[in-house]
Amino acid sequence: MAKKIVTALVGAAVLGMGAQAAQADTLSDVKAKGFVQCGVNGSNLAGFGAQDSAGNWSGLDVDLCKAVAAAIFGDATKVKYTPLSAKDRFPALQSGEIDMLARNTTWSTSRDSQLGFDFRAVTYYDGQGFMVKKELGVKSALELSGASVCVQSGTTTELNLADYFRSNNMDFKPVVFESQDEADAAYNAGRCDAYTTDASGLYSIRLKMANPDDHMVLPEIISKEPLGAAVRQNDSKWLDVVSWSHYALVAAEEFGITQANVEEMKKSANPDIKRFLGEEADSTLGADLGLPKDWAVQIIKAVGNYGESFERNVGQASPLKIDRGLNALWNKGGLQYAPPIR
Amino acid sequence: MAENITYVRDQFIPAAQPPVSDSTIVGWMRKNLFATWTDSAMTIAALVALLYFLPGAIDWLFLSAVWTGENRTACLTVDQGGALPSGWSGACWAYVGDRFVQFMFGSYPRDQLWRPLLIGGLFVALLVPLLMPRAPRKGLNAILLLVALPILAYVLLLGGHFGLSHVETTLWGGLMVTLILSFVGIVISLPAGILLALGRRSQMPIVRTACISFIELIRGVPLITVLFMASVLLPLFLEPGNNIDKFLRALIGVSVFASAYMAEVIRGGLQAIPKGQYEAADALGLNYFHKMTFVVLPQAIKLVIPGIVNTFIGMFKDTSLVTIISMYDLLGIVKASFGDSGWITPVTPLTGLIFAGFTFWIFCFGMSRYSAFVERRLDKSHKR
Repeated sequence: MAKKIVTALVGAAVLGMGAQAAQADTLSDVKAKGFVQCGVNGSNLAGFGAQDSAGNWSGLDVDLCKAVAAAIFGDATKVKYTPLSAKDRFPALQSGEIDMLARNTTWSTSRDSQLGFDFRAVTYYDGQGFMVKKELGVKSALELSGASVCVQSGTTTELNLADYFRSNNMDFKPVVFESQDEADAAYNAGRCDAYTTDASGLYSIRLKMANPDDHMVLPEIISKEPLGAAVRQNDSKWLDVVSWSHYALVAAEEFGITQANVEEMKKSANPDIKRFLGEEADSTLGADLGLPKDWAVQIIKAVGNYGESFERNVGQASPLKIDRGLNALWNKGGLQYAPPIR
Repeated sequence: MAENITYVRDQFIPAAQPPVSDSTIVGWMRKNLFATWTDSAMTIAALVALLYFLPGAIDWLFLSAVWTGENRTACLTVDQGGALPSGWSGACWAYVGDRFVQFMFGSYPRDQLWRPLLIGGLFVALLVPLLMPRAPRKGLNAILLLVALPILAYVLLLGGHFGLSHVETTLWGGLMVTLILSFVGIVISLPAGILLALGRRSQMPIVRTACISFIELIRGVPLITVLFMASVLLPLFLEPGNNIDKFLRALIGVSVFASAYMAEVIRGGLQAIPKGQYEAADALGLNYFHKMTFVVLPQAIKLVIPGIVNTFIGMFKDTSLVTIISMYDLLGIVKASFGDSGWITPVTPLTGLIFAGFTFWIFCFGMSRYSAFVERRLDKSHKR
């Protein structure tokens, strides 16, 4: 009996989702309610999603939420933020509590398929890295043989660490901690030679060290963690809006359009730029996406181009001082690449 | 006449000094601190420990602490890019000061803060007289606090009526959430716990089975699971868009959980009342309701006050588990603030946690002291 009830409930839930999928049109819903409900990181990842003391949100992920709102409404303040924990983020998106998830979420096959999400734009190419004390004189992760490594337990980080050392025939002593705070403290106290977690996290952890300049992040990245925005599956119009909002940021950097010069650039002679900014007479790019004609202008006015957003939140203008690395533009040795906007 | 009676004393003997061992500080110390060899050893060990830790703690918390500052550079040493001397370590109270409003109210709109402040003020104004034995009109006071205030709080905090702007519960946070969750938990769990405990001891099989199943089911599951199920599974079964508010789900979860524990505490009290009391009440012709309210419960509850307060304190602290369903109570919001790159320093996490811990301690210690006071007041017949 109990089994039957459970089956019926699950069936009903699945049917409910099916119904939801068939008529999913988040863009119309968002336009109707007048704001974007954006799931962001509520804790512990500086530079990606954090609240200042006045309650304002900022960060690389938050900038994408703002960009989407600016593209739709021409007003980057029309976002409502839902701070989410790592465990809570997927149900929040599945249940429709949020419209988009911009919470440093790694794009993987199972999340794309099994969980019923769609990813497209990668806002930050992250990967697992190592931090060591400079006094060790280590310049590469390949010199870490025999080192003790602080790592948080139960994460893919721990598995990647073991795989990396085994595939390079090196020994290591894992020093495993239940929480990130404990691992930070242990590394700071000199319990281990190296610390491993996602590179973006290493930079913020370095700021918590008694002497940040004594520590360096090694160049090797041993895993792929493309962080992107997720939306519910089978809603391509909405996926288009979210992904092209990111691509608009990247394209703006490619074109050299910044928050400061966007008005001037409207007068540019370059047809690509004019089309992108909605200045060509027959430009229908915005309308095709279901957005106003000047959507790209609004995005750039609100958050700047990708490079500006990057430097402000995680780069040299922020305390984190993360190098562009993989997140440089494709023509500058990185992976950030916007498909042609035409 | 009298002067002839030589054996009658006509002047007072000057009062003798009390025995040295009782009156002076030395005497007190000998009696309380150095009575035996083991006492002496423990006293000295405690003193050494205090001398070892206290100066460092005072220095870190107060003397070396940074009290004012705009952002993280105020709490950084020269090596880290600030102005403080190399090797400095101390509390960064400037960060707590900067974040204080957020720690209290979360993201509640700053221009609407009068709403939680008014509710908080009314709460204190109604709670204090209720706690003071001599203050009059207990009945009216209790109705205002337990019925009128929650309704007012609902209308005022959530808004959306009477021209007040709507403030979603996702914007609530900090100490406000901790206090609302625990107040509602306490107010619901005590009567619900009493009913469940009476139900469990009832002669009626259906009521008894229902109460036992409820209590054992809830007590058999961790609170974190209850919250997680309510937050993660429930929305999947509901139509998208008409979710039950997450805050309400947490409130129900916490209250249900506390009720089950409270029921067992109360049952302990009920079992301690001798059978004679029940029989005497029956013999007087009291019905079940009168027997319980006039004879059994007043004695039973008095016996288990420490257990009840223990459950309250436990629940007060358990409310921080709501962080895993993305609601930011005091501890949650303090931890979330560590991610603000404007305030990342080596000392901010520690400072924030000390602040959160101290705030929790104030409330728990207050509850514990008040319960001790009530026990003393009610315990006239068993005084040690």
